[in-house]
Amino acid sequence: MSFLADYIYYIGAFGLILIGLYILLTKHNLIKMIIGICVLDTGVNLLLVSLGYIKDGTAPIFSKPGLASENMVDPTVQALVLTAIVIGVAVMAMALSLAIRLYQHYGTLDMRKIKEQRW
Amino acid sequence: MRRIIGLILLIIIALGFGLSLTEIPFAVPKTKVGRYYIDKGIDQTGAVNIVTSVVLNYRGFDTLGEVTVLFIAATGLGAILATVKKKPGREFVPSSLVLSTGCRSLFPFILLFAAYIFLHGHLTPGGGFQGGAIIASAFLLVYLGCRERRVKERSIKAIESSAGLIFVIIGFLGLAVSGYFLFNFLPRGIPNTLLSAGIIPIIYIAIGFKVGSELTGIIDGLIEESE
Repeated sequence: MSFLADYIYYIGAFGLILIGLYILLTKHNLIKMIIGICVLDTGVNLLLVSLGYIKDGTAPIFSKPGLASENMVDPTVQALVLTAIVIGVAVMAMALSLAIRLYQHYGTLDMRKIKEQRW
Repeated sequence: MRRIIGLILLIIIALGFGLSLTEIPFAVPKTKVGRYYIDKGIDQTGAVNIVTSVVLNYRGFDTLGEVTVLFIAATGLGAILATVKKKPGREFVPSSLVLSTGCRSLFPFILLFAAYIFLHGHLTPGGGFQGGAIIASAFLLVYLGCRERRVKERSIKAIESSAGLIFVIIGFLGLAVSGYFLFNFLPRGIPNTLLSAGIIPIIYIAIGFKVGSELTGIIDGLIEESE
């Protein structure tokens, strides 16, 4: 029980990663696969942020002079996630535009049928 | 069959990951470098938001690479969607007066909020990436609310390229002044004031415009495709 209480953030974030991987492995619809990538992306971001967390942590911002720095969470992972979110959005949009093109070309979003036409 | 193989694979991944995670305790400080940034960040960079000082000062070169990835993704989307000829303009059902007036009057305030977010990136939570996303959301509101309004693609590209150029030019100025690319060569000022932290606010303004115009370009491309 204490394992669950201690690691609940890791478990949640990694659960999201596993859900995303499962969608990618089993679904055939291209839009659903892109949704899977999106879920996986969110899981990775959450995992990174939870790795940097410190007990009773606050944001690493000295908004008032003389603020205690002991409880501030790790800023490195936050800086990584900050850019990763925006890049995730852009890459998602690019994947969706590829899906639009594939649909216009093949008339379907089912990956099995697209493979049949290709080979 | 595919489902079973997928499940087995996931169980293997989960086991391996779970075993390694039990070695990583939760909620204790793990990296020395994070503590170093917090202790020395204000003295070395002048920014009170340590995340900003990491993004733009300690790892500024990394951020330049990430901005480039964003640029390539946006350009790739444009290249993928631009191959078809534009269909002749379709008739829109004009939006109602309440909707279009509401969108038009909200638009400048959202832009103002975005400017606040990326101007105060070194003082409060926020920064160029977040401010850029807010700029794009303002344009998305106008695109959905008043459907006949469009931004000019050429001006989006001009803003995007010049903002990227400003980032690189500041980097080379640091190289010329002190011998390090992206060196913080401006005076650091008094922490917790708007004009502090040297080159960080300037770069964040450039990133705000760049991200905003790129995401607006993405929205523009996708919406044009759907019509």
